[in-house]
Amino acid sequence: MQEAPKYTFKDFASDQEVRWCPGCGDYVILRAVLKALPEIGRKREDIVFISGIGCSSRFPYYVNTYGMHGIHGRAPAIATGVKLANRDLSVWVITGDGDSLAIGGNHFIHALRRNVDLNILLFNNEIYGLTKGQFSPTSLLGQKTKSSPFGNIQPPFNPGELAIGAEARFFARVPDNLPKQMTEVFVEAERYKGTSLVEIMQNCVIFNDGAFDEYTDKKVREDHLIWLEHGKPMIFGKEHNKGLRLNGLQLEVVTLGENGITEDDLLVHDAHNPDPALHLMLVRMKMPLAVGIIRQVDYTPFDERLDEQIKALREQSKFKSVDELLFSGETYVVE
Amino acid sequence: MSNPTDTAKGPASKERAALEEVVIRFVGDSGDGMQLTGSQFSGTSALLGNDIATFPNYPAEIRAPQGSVYGVSGFQVHIGQVEVATPGDEVDVLVAMNPAALKTNLSAVPPGKTIIVDTDGFTQKNLAKAGYETNPLEDGSLEKYTLIEAPITSLTRTAILDLGLDNKSMNRSKNMFALGMVFWMFNRPLDHTIGFLEKKFAKKPQVVEANVRALKAGYNYGETLEILPVYKVPPAKMEAGTYRIIMGNTALAWGLLAASEKSGLPLFLGSYPITPASDILHELSRHMHFGAKVFQAEDEIAGVGSALGAAFAGNLAVTTTSGPGLALKTETIGLAVMTELPLVVVDVQRGGPSTGLPTKTEQADLLQALYGRNGESPAIVLAATTPANCFDYAYIASKLALEHMTPVILLTDGYLANGSEPWRIKKVADMPDIKPHLAKAKGEENGAPYLPYQRDAETLARYWAVPGMSGFEHRIGGLEKENLTGNVSYDPQNHEYMCKIRAEKVARVARDVPELQLEGAQEGDLLVVGWGGTYGSLHMAVKGLHEQGESIGLAHFSYISPLPPNTAEVFARFKKIVVCELNLGQFVVYLRNELPQFEYLKFNKIQGLPFAVVELRDKFKSLLK
Repeated sequence: MQEAPKYTFKDFASDQEVRWCPGCGDYVILRAVLKALPEIGRKREDIVFISGIGCSSRFPYYVNTYGMHGIHGRAPAIATGVKLANRDLSVWVITGDGDSLAIGGNHFIHALRRNVDLNILLFNNEIYGLTKGQFSPTSLLGQKTKSSPFGNIQPPFNPGELAIGAEARFFARVPDNLPKQMTEVFVEAERYKGTSLVEIMQNCVIFNDGAFDEYTDKKVREDHLIWLEHGKPMIFGKEHNKGLRLNGLQLEVVTLGENGITEDDLLVHDAHNPDPALHLMLVRMKMPLAVGIIRQVDYTPFDERLDEQIKALREQSKFKSVDELLFSGETYVVE
Repeated sequence: MSNPTDTAKGPASKERAALEEVVIRFVGDSGDGMQLTGSQFSGTSALLGNDIATFPNYPAEIRAPQGSVYGVSGFQVHIGQVEVATPGDEVDVLVAMNPAALKTNLSAVPPGKTIIVDTDGFTQKNLAKAGYETNPLEDGSLEKYTLIEAPITSLTRTAILDLGLDNKSMNRSKNMFALGMVFWMFNRPLDHTIGFLEKKFAKKPQVVEANVRALKAGYNYGETLEILPVYKVPPAKMEAGTYRIIMGNTALAWGLLAASEKSGLPLFLGSYPITPASDILHELSRHMHFGAKVFQAEDEIAGVGSALGAAFAGNLAVTTTSGPGLALKTETIGLAVMTELPLVVVDVQRGGPSTGLPTKTEQADLLQALYGRNGESPAIVLAATTPANCFDYAYIASKLALEHMTPVILLTDGYLANGSEPWRIKKVADMPDIKPHLAKAKGEENGAPYLPYQRDAETLARYWAVPGMSGFEHRIGGLEKENLTGNVSYDPQNHEYMCKIRAEKVARVARDVPELQLEGAQEGDLLVVGWGGTYGSLHMAVKGLHEQGESIGLAHFSYISPLPPNTAEVFARFKKIVVCELNLGQFVVYLRNELPQFEYLKFNKIQGLPFAVVELRDKFKSLLK
């Protein structure tokens, strides 16, 4: 394979006018993706973006690669076909909480289970935006929306928990106001061989403004988010003095220097551990909220398994052409 | 059985009447091996040069309780020295292994025909299970038939007693005993079946021995049985060539493989198991060595979704299903219409609506295939007409999709899918070329930028640029496309233009559609119109009447959308037109819309069964009066 040319951000911007609402978190994500693409070392023609339906799913129109704006919920299925058809492609799925967790839930979990080499970017704004403000499968209990004027009575999914339950081997979570870190996570997601799921806490300025302020507001985010890095102790806080440790079967926030707590008492993040127990605890944790790459476990991607099976069968097969199959077995001649 | 044409000496100096054709039905419990028995009889008969059609009949339940009427499984074989185009209306020889099998199949046997029963199966318990109050073998109710009462199970056990098998294993060979008897009846050699058994049970020599002994014992028993009528069915006149017996679903799978090889594009199948289409998935799964990517998806929607993704990425993309699955794939087929990607959708029709009759045949998905999508959503619709030509139409569906950049829906049905007939094997080299409508690689084009919705002036097909092609990066999707650029467009005039051009693109496929051929009368009193899997029955009915001097012709359609270009001209040559379908009149609805200048009579049947030749003949006679 030829090496990819040295691209810049601009090489991946399409000529289409971006049509999200002013102030939408999607702009930040688009920019982070456009910055990540020159870093992944792939040629532009080998990159494909597939989306479903929803605000986020307009995304492929704004990236100068191959792309398909699909139908509601089906992007993982379409993307699976793209990847199986041509393993040399870098295939990205752009989806939202309604698209992938409601109407497309089945495709979402099965893509994760199979571990097709896809990069799924899940724009989670906890609301339906494009249909103008109904509750989504990640909306909070009690949340008042157009279709729940008296409060939402459907308990939500936690996308990471659902994903890990569906055998996800790569899960990351990022807020939409940390673009640099987001770009790094996207690059890492692309490098991972298998399905990488990145949940982006995306603010919808129109229908669910401030949904993540508790975590993402600049004033509090250092104390309310913990950015996990593989191999590093779980430390957070403005003063870098808070940490996580295991207390029985619970995660516990402790302060370094208090009660004789030292860094040695803290958990060290092991994203590569196949056992999902701790990853699940981290994903479910409400305060602080875990962000960064929470789980990243090596596992043979489905597309590789299929490719290897076909290669092996090709070598073993007695049929070298379709004609040989057609004339094989029980045939007879009429004179 | 048709009229004996001459007689010959049988091996035991019995006179063997020569038959033009015969229909034999083997019926028993779903675990009795009736499918295997029937296919062995048809395989041996094929080697003797007979024309053949077969059809299995099995319950939707995998292993229904033994002896119950809903657990009866059957296999019908029609062989002839004359042309055989259907598995046959009426049964000449019924082999029934138990009372339930007799009870559920007796109505297909006309008086005077032969019934062979395993008397060991007619226990009080089994009679009660079948709902018989008295034993039909004793109460005189079978007097009208040539009844052959054979203790098949006990004779089988006697023949293999010394092999030391357990009871259950011994009983398993009784189907071979029955087959041996029928082989004797029709003067068939045993070597083909013996060879089959040796191969199938190569690792179990004891099982081979038991089955071969049972087969021979049945054959010899037949010879000693004075009352058993004996016949011969001489070879049919068939076009010279190499043949094989092929089932519709297998033929269809192979047609896709042939199209993949010819087009040079890898085959991608995205599918979800559903009766009666699953055998296509099974068959292609066995042949991934050709590079075919076979993907069993999580549901019908993902089956077609993955196929559309593979089409976007440059494969020959196919999804296979039956009626309920086609309903689920609807939205994605609409996306294929909008993105103008090549996609082959195979619908093996079964009885509907809803879950309907999963193992029975019907033609009631036609309007779903034609119109079952939101918006103005034209697609090519084809229908295979015989088990063997499922190969050809799978090939043609692939060719049209790849050359015209559109989804193609190929309709077959349960009857074609599971039916089998001799197929004069084709070579891939003899199949027409397939030229995928690919965008020219960089350097070949005239320097103009690639426009995803620029079209070929003749066919209106857009050019297919696939990921990996440098300089062709583009975005497509389900939102309305601006002409040429493919950018999202809400412009009113553009939408109308695009709707019309998508329709015109499919309409222009008619230029590649062969002319409608008439069988029988080329003009006259009655034109019989059919489509798809009813061909065999309609052909035989019309042929028979035409040979008797009636003014009757047959126009049978494989190309539904678009229709063959000479359809109106053909219709105009007849005084009456009757459209025969296994539904309540769907093709008529379509024809009345497409060609409203004609008056259409209807003849419909919706029983999960194919047309019987005799019921068609009666209907046509009444219309010819």
